[in-house]
Amino acid sequence: MKDSYDGPILEIDALSISFFTRLREIPAVMDFSVKVMPGEAVGLVGESGCGKSTVALGVMQDLGKNGRIVGGSITFKGRDLGAMNQDELRKIRGSEIAMIYQEPMASLNPAMKIGRQLMEVPMIHRGSSEKEAYARALQVVTDVKLPDPKRILDAYPHQLSGGQQQRIVIAMALMAEPSLLILDEPTTALDVTVEAAVVELVKELGKKYGTSMLFISHNLGLVLETCDRICVMYSGEAVERGSITDVFDEMQHPYTQALFRSIPLPGADKNARPLRAIPGNFPLPHERPNGCNFGPRCDYFEAGRCDAQDIKMFDVPGNERHATRCLRFQEIDWQAPMEAGDTTQKSEPGRVILKMDNLKKYYEVAANALLGKRGDTKVVKANETLSFEARESETLAIVGESGCGKSTFAKVLMGLETATDGQILLDNRNIESTPIEKRDTQTIADVQMVFQNPFDTLNPSMTVGRQIIRALEVFGIGNSDAARRERMLQLLDLVKLPREFGDRMPRQLSGGQKQRVGIARAFAGNARIVVADEPVSALDVSVQAAVTDLLMEIQREQKTTLLFISHDLSIVRYLSDRVMVMYLGHVVELGTTDQVFSPPYHPYTEALLSAVPIADTRVTKKHIVLEGDIPSAMNPPPGCPFQTRCGWKSKVPGNLCEIEVPPMRQFGDGHQVKCHLSDADFDSMEPVIQIAAE
Amino acid sequence: MALFLFRRIGTMILTALCLTFIVFWLTNLAPNLEKLAKNQGNVRMTDEQVDSFLQDRGYSQPLPIKYAQWLGVAPGWVIEGRDGTVRSRCNGVLENGVAPDYARSFCGVLQGDWGYSTVFQDGVGSIIATRLGLTGKLMFWVMVVMVPGALIIGVMAGMREGSRTDRTLSTVSIITTATPEYVSGVVFIAVFASTAFGLRWFNGSATSAMEDATFENFTLPVMTIALYGMGYIARMTRASMAEVMTAQYIRTARLKGVSFSNIVLKHALRNALIAPFTVIMLQFPWLLNGVVIVETLFNYKGFGWTLVQAAGNNDIELLLGVSVVSVFVVLITQLISDIGYVYLNPRISVS
Repeated sequence: MKDSYDGPILEIDALSISFFTRLREIPAVMDFSVKVMPGEAVGLVGESGCGKSTVALGVMQDLGKNGRIVGGSITFKGRDLGAMNQDELRKIRGSEIAMIYQEPMASLNPAMKIGRQLMEVPMIHRGSSEKEAYARALQVVTDVKLPDPKRILDAYPHQLSGGQQQRIVIAMALMAEPSLLILDEPTTALDVTVEAAVVELVKELGKKYGTSMLFISHNLGLVLETCDRICVMYSGEAVERGSITDVFDEMQHPYTQALFRSIPLPGADKNARPLRAIPGNFPLPHERPNGCNFGPRCDYFEAGRCDAQDIKMFDVPGNERHATRCLRFQEIDWQAPMEAGDTTQKSEPGRVILKMDNLKKYYEVAANALLGKRGDTKVVKANETLSFEARESETLAIVGESGCGKSTFAKVLMGLETATDGQILLDNRNIESTPIEKRDTQTIADVQMVFQNPFDTLNPSMTVGRQIIRALEVFGIGNSDAARRERMLQLLDLVKLPREFGDRMPRQLSGGQKQRVGIARAFAGNARIVVADEPVSALDVSVQAAVTDLLMEIQREQKTTLLFISHDLSIVRYLSDRVMVMYLGHVVELGTTDQVFSPPYHPYTEALLSAVPIADTRVTKKHIVLEGDIPSAMNPPPGCPFQTRCGWKSKVPGNLCEIEVPPMRQFGDGHQVKCHLSDADFDSMEPVIQIAAE
Repeated sequence: MALFLFRRIGTMILTALCLTFIVFWLTNLAPNLEKLAKNQGNVRMTDEQVDSFLQDRGYSQPLPIKYAQWLGVAPGWVIEGRDGTVRSRCNGVLENGVAPDYARSFCGVLQGDWGYSTVFQDGVGSIIATRLGLTGKLMFWVMVVMVPGALIIGVMAGMREGSRTDRTLSTVSIITTATPEYVSGVVFIAVFASTAFGLRWFNGSATSAMEDATFENFTLPVMTIALYGMGYIARMTRASMAEVMTAQYIRTARLKGVSFSNIVLKHALRNALIAPFTVIMLQFPWLLNGVVIVETLFNYKGFGWTLVQAAGNNDIELLLGVSVVSVFVVLITQLISDIGYVYLNPRISVS
């Protein structure tokens, strides 16, 4: 299938795509141009709703019934895709252009065996026989480093883990060795260590097959690691385009700059150097401002000029293929340091409020329902010997990947589950075996939670104010409806929402605003401990900063203990005082943020740190890729939980790691690591993240 | 799997016991028994005569005992009446007035003794067997017409949601579902079997179809039942198909270059059939009730017609027999539906 075409693989020129509804035409992409050269990887970055996925579907010519290309052209290897008929398009799809999707589970046919789904591709495009197709499928599945390829080909999608499913989707895309691979947020649904392995694989295979890539992501760090060039999109337009180093180090558009300032890079600190959220909201597609779309949120906005005309892309002189959609790019001093935000004093942690002592939570599941009750049950050890203390006005981050037991721990603390063993002391009172129905109002009001997904946690048929008042009623705050209403308005002030939002329905709010309502609800009863379960991971980066800062500010005022559950180490480093790393129900490392983020590490912490993409060209990272998936908690490995994926295992004499759960090693100042490694090995560890000198 | 079946059958038997007990209780209510006595004995009986009539024939025993006897887990009664005749449940009137041992044996549903129908003057077991056979024939043809028809309509309508084909087929299926059998049956007879339109293509009565079903005498009853169910299943299939066609894995298939017909046949169909399958299986018990109307309308003496006769004539034993069979038909189709679901949907396993 390889031909000797050497022009640009994909050339999008002034592309405009609109969706047509009964009411109006909604422009989704406007005047968008990008060029992908052979073997090149181009990243397409932007927040949700900016039109990046629409571009991908436009390339595939699969915009659905309502979408239409209203201007510009897409040429693939010199041929205009827009002028092709369905038959010609079908020949290109899957064989020349392949796509990798965001949700692997949803993109695989649940009622079809993996092998069949893979074999289909060569059978359609090359007319291969079933035998040839099977051989090819086997080879590609081996290429994407899946264990036991034969068994996998014979499995249904639901029998594989998320990471394995994504590898299958990648394998499917590579079956016909396409010239162009479109990756639409390929790792968003995956854990960081799995993400790192998948990204590694994509890079490697891209090199091996010489494939060009269009990499769509909202994660700047990921784009830095995978791509040669980048195109930043905002509200349907490309705002800046150039090579990775040009855009990252010499950005020429205010939006790009604002984006970088809102993500927690190493060096950001919640007190001394707080993040800067982008003010205002993302404009809706039919409410875009005149002139520059970013104008109303831009620091450099000049009335009468920026909003006077449509703005074209300007080439940045001196840089190769670097362009920006800003009128004033040559007037702005890009090197000027960020205006220092309000710096605050680090608050001192107070007395111990919450103490966990050897907390254990086991679930019993019937191993085999066929045998019914007399069948033996299996025990899922969701939490093993959890011990820690949390102090007043302290932020304790709990870090780990899916299945590590962090959510179970939150459930036990909240009283949704009761502990199997050990104790939870809240103000020296045992609450580990009191389920939430039996807890007194004060305890419930004291321990509250902010949930991950603000879209599902608000009742869609109740006004925002009513939901907060309901919480106040439950907590017994205020003695009249008027008093509670007043308190509700104060809470809205607290989370910086306009007071009239009290009468709005949740659907009228954006994601960030909903999360603020969630925070207001959690603080309704003057909560002293707030468990924030991935509170910002469902939000866009520019909103993340604002919500994070809000949480920090309320914490500072109210001296709340914040238990911040997250898998995102960048944000954890930015806001937490102490960090607890969990793996398969065990606490593997616990210490202050500085202790955890610098050697000696637990080998798992080391791998986690290395896996997190950092959007900073100055950072060099030690490269550690973990093999395989997280073992199932139903069937944990013997000995150390991490031994199956640990890179340091060979340093431990004998097979100690496989026999014995390591002891908690103390490194002083409360820094603890659960590992068998010798002191000498710990001393030899190098920092994972290094920032090159300026 | 074996244990799953075992447990399901266990629950099934328990359900069957409960349901038959309720029917037994309802048919054995006092006014009903009085009516029975006056029907079989003398319309002008006094209350005392009714009492002794019922007592002599075992109807005055406590309900649980009667139920156990009917079921065949308690020995049948032998009662010496006030008039000196000795009657037994299992052997009727005993000539010499002495009850031999065999008269006290078990004779209930479990022993295959389903009782005696007062309307048909025949054993309930044999009546139900022949009538069920006739209805089975009707149902078989209904299914043959209805299921493939409905699935084809549903899939055609659902694969391109909002297209002209979709709208036409959807309208047709809504109309057929909205028309009950007693309306469509009458309309069919008027249009195709009467002189009103002069078509006279088919027979308005299906009586002759009991011995020899032909195109002429069987089309109308089959179509009357099939059309109603067809619209319903087609709607379900359409909804399920339309949903599957918007799924991400269909987009995956489209973007890997699979042709439209193969997307429908290889990728969408199996997933789209999972939901309607349960509905199709639910149609079996529903057919039992649909045939009551249609069999009466077309004078086809099957199971439904028998039910009407038994209910209309207060034929307790026949009524009980009919309800036992109905209960088992419902429960067995449910079991088949659950098992079939497991085979269609790889994500569900019985364990």
